[in-house]
Amino acid sequence: MSEDFFQGYKGTALEMLKKFNVRVWGQAEVDTTRGAFKGTILPRSESDDDTHIVMKIPTGYNIGLDTDTITGMIETGYKKANYKIPEKEFPNTPGLPKVKLIGTGGTIASRLDYRTGAVIPAFSPGELYGAVPELADICNLTTEKVFAVFSENMGPEQYKKLAIAIGKEIENGIDGIIIGHGTDTLHYTAAALNFMVQNSPIPIVLVGSQRSSDRPSSDAALNLMHAATAAGHGDIAEVMVCMFGPTSDSYGFLHRGTRVRKMHSSYRSTFRTIGDTPLATVTREGVVPIKQIYNHRRKDRNVTILPYFEEKVGMIYYYTNMNPDMIDSMVDNGYKGIIIIGTGLGHVNKPLYPAIERATKKGVAIYMTVQTIWGYVHMFVYDTGRDLMAKGVIPAENMLPETAYIKLGWALGQTSDLEKVKEIMLTPINDEITKREPYNGYLVYQGGVPEVEAFIKKFRK
Amino acid sequence: MKNKFDPAQNYNNTLKAVGYVKRKEATQKTYTDIGFMSGLEVHQQIDTKEKLFCRCPAGCYHKNEIFDAEVIRHMRPTLSELGEYDGTALMEFRTKKEIVYRIKNETTCTYEVDDTPPFPLNREALEKAIKISHLSKLKIVGEVHITRKQYLDGSIPTGFQRTAIIGVEGEIPLKNKKIRLIQLSLEEDSCREVSDIGHTRIYKTDRLGMPLIETVTYPDMVNPDEVKEACNYIRFLNRSTGLVRVGIGAGREDVNVSCKGGTRIEIKGVAHTKWIPELTHNECFRQWALLNIKKILNERVPDPKSWKISHEFISYQTTKVKYPALKAAKANNYKVVAVNLPDFMGILSHFTQPGKVFANEFTDRLKVIACLERPNMTHSEEFVPIIAEADFEKIKKTLKASENDAQIIFWGPEADVKTALETIEERCLMAFAGVPNETRKSLDDGTNIFERVLPGADRMYPDTDSKPIPLPNDYINKLKEDLPQEVTERYHQLKKWDVPEDTYTFIFKRNHYPLIVRIINELGFDPKFVGTFFGHTLKFVEGHYKPTAKFKHTILFHLFKFVKEQNIDTRILKQMLPIVYEHPKIDFESVLASIKFKRIEKNEIVSHIPFLKNKFKTVCRKDNTEIEAKWIMGELRNTAVGNISMTELYKSIVGK
Ligand SMILES: [Zn+2]
Repeated sequence: MSEDFFQGYKGTALEMLKKFNVRVWGQAEVDTTRGAFKGTILPRSESDDDTHIVMKIPTGYNIGLDTDTITGMIETGYKKANYKIPEKEFPNTPGLPKVKLIGTGGTIASRLDYRTGAVIPAFSPGELYGAVPELADICNLTTEKVFAVFSENMGPEQYKKLAIAIGKEIENGIDGIIIGHGTDTLHYTAAALNFMVQNSPIPIVLVGSQRSSDRPSSDAALNLMHAATAAGHGDIAEVMVCMFGPTSDSYGFLHRGTRVRKMHSSYRSTFRTIGDTPLATVTREGVVPIKQIYNHRRKDRNVTILPYFEEKVGMIYYYTNMNPDMIDSMVDNGYKGIIIIGTGLGHVNKPLYPAIERATKKGVAIYMTVQTIWGYVHMFVYDTGRDLMAKGVIPAENMLPETAYIKLGWALGQTSDLEKVKEIMLTPINDEITKREPYNGYLVYQGGVPEVEAFIKKFRK
Repeated sequence: MKNKFDPAQNYNNTLKAVGYVKRKEATQKTYTDIGFMSGLEVHQQIDTKEKLFCRCPAGCYHKNEIFDAEVIRHMRPTLSELGEYDGTALMEFRTKKEIVYRIKNETTCTYEVDDTPPFPLNREALEKAIKISHLSKLKIVGEVHITRKQYLDGSIPTGFQRTAIIGVEGEIPLKNKKIRLIQLSLEEDSCREVSDIGHTRIYKTDRLGMPLIETVTYPDMVNPDEVKEACNYIRFLNRSTGLVRVGIGAGREDVNVSCKGGTRIEIKGVAHTKWIPELTHNECFRQWALLNIKKILNERVPDPKSWKISHEFISYQTTKVKYPALKAAKANNYKVVAVNLPDFMGILSHFTQPGKVFANEFTDRLKVIACLERPNMTHSEEFVPIIAEADFEKIKKTLKASENDAQIIFWGPEADVKTALETIEERCLMAFAGVPNETRKSLDDGTNIFERVLPGADRMYPDTDSKPIPLPNDYINKLKEDLPQEVTERYHQLKKWDVPEDTYTFIFKRNHYPLIVRIINELGFDPKFVGTFFGHTLKFVEGHYKPTAKFKHTILFHLFKFVKEQNIDTRILKQMLPIVYEHPKIDFESVLASIKFKRIEKNEIVSHIPFLKNKFKTVCRKDNTEIEAKWIMGELRNTAVGNISMTELYKSIVGK
């Protein structure tokens, strides 16, 4: 393959570089109608326009030059930058737990790719050790990349592959597993693994970062250390999500994978347990349980791997004036299960009734969850709810919509007998439905109230 | 009997050996001989309503203790674009500082604390920065790229500053030469430090994110006065646009200095331009002194690579604890560590800056890098020993020190001892190489101290959260349309008007020039009088009176207009100004009343002259018209001011 001398350039800008024989990574002097500029030509992000050329000037800054103003260019030198992450051998310390980091494509330690402006993950133990040397004090780390997809592209295929890989690692005697994952769909994967990997004797910790590690204030290193501590030393043998507790660099939460949700588009402390308390807090000193009841770490290797998933399952977020064709089209496209995210206690409007009836008659499993995120579906309270149940909609209690979707796919992956599906759906495996909602399961404080402000000021966010 | 080593004598000897002279005695030859070179980075806040990358209000400040919440962060070094860690970065990481941000809801949102990505760049700030770039004769870039400049001191919660180049390669004129500009960038301002004690550094986030421009010059200045002149020029240029913020902290400078064979040292955050000459002078000689130390050490130690320190923990019994800092150390259960520096005899008391010796180079590094609160050390070459001689002899013995060695004794928490020892050894090894790369902080006595290790060139990388912003020709040309006159032109105009030179700094600093011109052009006042009125009278009044309400300088235009319309003599302005300044809302008639001004016809005043001439004869027998005129003018001054000009009055007295 010939080398790409013009990475990311297209159209006018590409023609101009070719015309003047100037390459990316070439040192160039450029004459423009605004004066002369000197610097190194850099690759251009593919999503940017084709009328500018990017250059790094001697002070280290990047600038762009408008092709309309360029009258001449000379390449005076060439020096290709060579990106690498310092790789040091991960030291093996006798006595420390063996932890496996399974990579899915999410970023933990990383470097930049100029061409796309994207962040390239550091992954091998050596790279990770170079980036977060503290890990060596916590565990003996090995890594395996099962696949590489972005968080938003994770799906059933990946859930199944992960479950199988986890099963193998447990069989091979690992003490704990960390799964590096992008944060957007982290809670979907967490739910899936809770159903597909049951009775695990060891902690399985999903971790990501909200600020990539190309910045000094990244949460990646601390999250990784917390995850390694929970996986290697913690007593909680469940599939958990480990992310920041507060936005400060302080402690992490371990969330039960069935009850966790990403609640803010950008905050570090975005993951919250909904309708319950988190399982535990975690610092580099160790795991401190909040919940009294959880699955304890065991010596045996008796894990159950259930890698099933029916892909023809979908979700419908109800909105006012939703038309029946939304449901009809899913049925006509062969969907076998639908999670409706209804208003209030679990409602939709009347015009949808015929479509729902048609669907359930066709054997489509329909479960109701709530847009309010917190609270149970209560379909006996109003006529609407009772009508819907009569038409075959099954309330999914206080299952989170995303968890319900994953569970329905998993259930339908095992059987098409709707009664059996119902039994699976409504029998909690790991608190996806809880019998009761504790009073401190719903805490969304509102700012401005003096006592809340006093609390925030005192106890750092 | 051998001569006892005298540190003070050594200081004086080394000062002479280095060839240090006071700034007043220095000539261009002095600076040429040591290769004085200096450049500037002038920071100036742009006046906008909102911050640069979020919509928080700009320019609202709070007191340190007023905040709603705190966020804690620890900064980790990151891989540079070349895949390597920056040396500074690792060094700063070693300090393990806990950074606390104090947040006030009104001025800080989730962007500042790095919990949300940036919003599109503030266009108002961009346009103002482009205008100033035009005035600085810079070449405007075709596309603005937001770059991240890494800072690990915590002054920015992300760990980097978002900054973007607007123009490159410009110039500014000084009296005798032109100074080339490297670039002008638009960037976000940093946090303000509240405190930095031990392992905790506290910042507040009110200023964080405000738009700031940085004008960077080439190191074209060859003596301290040129640095000051260039700095003033850039500041006045910025202010002449009326697009920037004024007041404390709105403008700050970093000054880079090096000597021949030295290193480019950045002195950060110089608050006053007037400090620049003394600072740059001393820094250049400090480097010159460090080069002398390098020479001495390399003569003494043939193989610096194998040079090592050794240390011993000292018990509190070994030394009599009288020194307050050591007493406090004992109370805190700190470790006291004695460090032997082989062959460093005479180096610790070697001159570096006026009143400072090489040993001072350690104390601030121990504070910043090892987090040991000052005072944190003493040494074997103190002018006034802190540890008694007999005790020191015991310590030397424990260290197995030889004659030619020097010793540092420091104290601090046990956990920080390792870093402290590394810090000391590292600084010693740097002495063999000359002048270490670092940023330094200016003190108001004209000297400077270590601030941080200078970050390497690798600390810049593209901001993946922002898109480039194109600057097409028609857009930047439109911003060229209503640019103010250049500062040099204004300077020459003031000169032509015969306005005294000592007023220029005040006039440009406060950007009063446009108002002065308006008063001259629209009201027809004498330019020299108006210029002097601003540069002397207003300056004096501002320094001696406090306004009870916001004093807007446009009031002065109305004041001049009033005096003109009332046909009062202009001298009255000097009496009116203090009152108008103190009470900006008062009407001008009341001001006249309060200074007991009465309108009296000129004729009436003049009519008193014959009577006073007779009276003069009774108080003074000399027949001298000059003295007589002066006396009469003194008698009539109060009634005359505002009603008749002093020249006219004088003429009336002597003319007849
Ligand atoms: Zn903000």
